[in-house]
Amino acid sequence: MPVDIATVRKIASLARIAITEEDAARIAPELDNIMGWIEQLGEVDCTGVQPMTAVIPNHLRLRDDVVNADPLTGGGIRDAVLANAPQAEHGFFTVPKVIE
Amino acid sequence: MTDLTDLGVAAIRDGVRDGSFSAREVAEGFIANVSAATALNAFLVETPDHALAAADAADAARAAGETLKPLAGVPIGMKDLFCTNGVPTTAASRILEGFTPPYESTVSANLWKAGAGMLGKLNLDQFAMGSSNETSAFGNVISPWRRNTGDTAPLAPGGSSGGSSSAIAARLCPAATGTDTGGSIRQPAAFTGISGIKPTYGRCSRWGTIAFASSLDQAGPMARDVRDCAIMLEAMAGFDAKDATSLDLPVPAWEAGLSGDLKGKRVGIPKEYRVDAMPPEIEALWQQGIEWLKDAGAEIVEVSLPHTKYALPAYYIIAPAEASSNLARYDGVRYGLRDLPEGAGLQDMYAATRAAGFGDEVKRRIMIGTYVLSAGFYDAYFTQASKVRTLIARDFEQAWAKCDVLLTPTAPSAAFALGEKSSDPIAMYLNDVFTVPSSLAGLPAMSVPGGLDGQGLPLGLQIIGKALDEQSVLNAGLAIEQRAGFTARAERWW
Repeated sequence: MPVDIATVRKIASLARIAITEEDAARIAPELDNIMGWIEQLGEVDCTGVQPMTAVIPNHLRLRDDVVNADPLTGGGIRDAVLANAPQAEHGFFTVPKVIE
Repeated sequence: MTDLTDLGVAAIRDGVRDGSFSAREVAEGFIANVSAATALNAFLVETPDHALAAADAADAARAAGETLKPLAGVPIGMKDLFCTNGVPTTAASRILEGFTPPYESTVSANLWKAGAGMLGKLNLDQFAMGSSNETSAFGNVISPWRRNTGDTAPLAPGGSSGGSSSAIAARLCPAATGTDTGGSIRQPAAFTGISGIKPTYGRCSRWGTIAFASSLDQAGPMARDVRDCAIMLEAMAGFDAKDATSLDLPVPAWEAGLSGDLKGKRVGIPKEYRVDAMPPEIEALWQQGIEWLKDAGAEIVEVSLPHTKYALPAYYIIAPAEASSNLARYDGVRYGLRDLPEGAGLQDMYAATRAAGFGDEVKRRIMIGTYVLSAGFYDAYFTQASKVRTLIARDFEQAWAKCDVLLTPTAPSAAFALGEKSSDPIAMYLNDVFTVPSSLAGLPAMSVPGGLDGQGLPLGLQIIGKALDEQSVLNAGLAIEQRAGFTARAERWW
C-alpha cells in the first residue's frame, strides 16, 4: 500500500513526532520507497511457520517476591531517578498542565 | 623503545604483568594519542582520569605483589551506547544531551571489574542506527584510512560502532566495546582493518546499554586481533539477572581455547552470499579465505541458506518496530531534552521534544516501526517478518548438519566516502546484507581483516558459528589471521 502524505501525518502523530507539511512531503516518498522494497517479504510462503519469539531458547526466570531484590533496580532511589529530569519539583517529575 | 600504543590487549596485559613497562606509561601514551586525534571525531567524551586511575591501581597491585586482574593496565574505549556512572552518555543523539547516568551498564562494570580503564566515550551512529557513522548528532567519525589514489576524501569508518573502529585503527585505544544489532561491530571492523566479534545473543548483558532493537542488540569487543577479542569478550560476557534474556551459562575460557588448527572442522560456503554486483576483489578475497581455511586443515562444503535475500527486508521491519517501542521513552519528562513551546500541552511537548531531539534516520526508523505495528498492518508486516525470521534461523540450523562454521565476506564493499550513500537509505541498508542474517538468528559472528583492495582499503572476512560456539568462530578467525598476515595500517595524517 502506498505511503502518502496523509499516512505520514498519521504515523508521525502516532509516534509523537512533530512534522511540518514540508517534512511530510519529503518523508512520504522516502517511506513509500522503503516500504515498497520491504513488500518482497510477501513472496515468502510462511504456511505453518510460527513467528519467532526468542532467538536462543531460554526460559524466563522469576525473582524472589521481595522489595529491593536487587538494590540497583529496586526502589528508594528517588533523587537518582529524578536527577536527569528536565524539570522536577517536590520529588516529582513536572509536566505541563494536563487537565484544563 | 617500542611505542606502547602499537601494542594490543594481550601484549599490554603481559608487559604490565612482567614489568616491561608500567600501566601508567601505557595509559599516558594512549591519552596523548586520543587528544591528538580530534580530527577523527572518534571520541565524544575523553576520560583520562578514569584510565589513569585504573592504570595506577594496576601498578600498585603489581608493586604489592598481588595477582593482576585479567585486563589490568589495559585502557579501552567505550561506545557511547553504554551507560557509565557519572560520565555523560548520549547514544550520539541530541535527545540525550546532558544525560549523566547514575548507574553503570553491566558490560562496562564487568570491564572495570577486570581491571580495564576508560579513555573515553566513543562516537557512533545515533542510537546505533546507521552503517557509516553519519547519523551522529555530534558529527561524522572519519576513518583513519584513505585511498591510495591520492584522493583525500574522508572515508566512512563503518557503523554504527564507527568511533570504536576508527579509534582502534588509529591506535587511540587497543580495544573498544561495540554493539551489533545488524552488523554494527563486524562491518566497521571490516572497513578499518581490525577484528570484532558479536557473540551469541544473550552472552553479554543488555542492562544499561541504550536499547535499539532488544531482540537483536548484542554487545561485543573490537580489537586489532582475534586473541584480543577473546580476552575482551571473556571480561564482557556473563550471566546477569538484570537482563531477562541473559544466558545463565558459564563464560568459556576462549583465549585458552584458541587454536588455528582446523583439522576435522567443516566450513560451509553459502552460495546465496554471492550477490549481484559484488566487486571482484571481494569475490577473490572470499576464495582466498577458502584456501586459507583449507590450509588450516578444514574441509570446505557448499551450503544453501535459501531465505538469505529476505533477511534485510525482515530486519527493516523487526528492528524499526522494536526501536519505535524502545524509543517511546524519550518524552522530555524523565531525562534528556525537553522542548516546550509557549503555551504547549503535554502531547505537544512530546511531539516537539522528539522532533527536536531525534535525527532524521532515527525519525525514519521510528516512523517505519510505527507504521508496521499500526492497526491493520501488524500481521502483514510484523508477524510475516517474524515468521521469515524463523525460516532464516531454520536455514542456519539445516546448514549446521553439514558444517561447523560459515565463511562469507563481511560487507559487499570496502569503505565508501562520507556522503556517498547517505542520500539513499536503501543503498545504505544493503551494506548490511551479509551481517543481518546471523543477527536475526542470534548467532555468533566475527569479522577479521583479510587484505586490501586495489585502492589500499581493508576488506574483511566473516565467520558465522553455531549458537554458543564462539570458540569455533574465534579459531577460524585465528586461522585466517595467521595466514593473511595483515599488517597494513592507516598512515597518520590527522
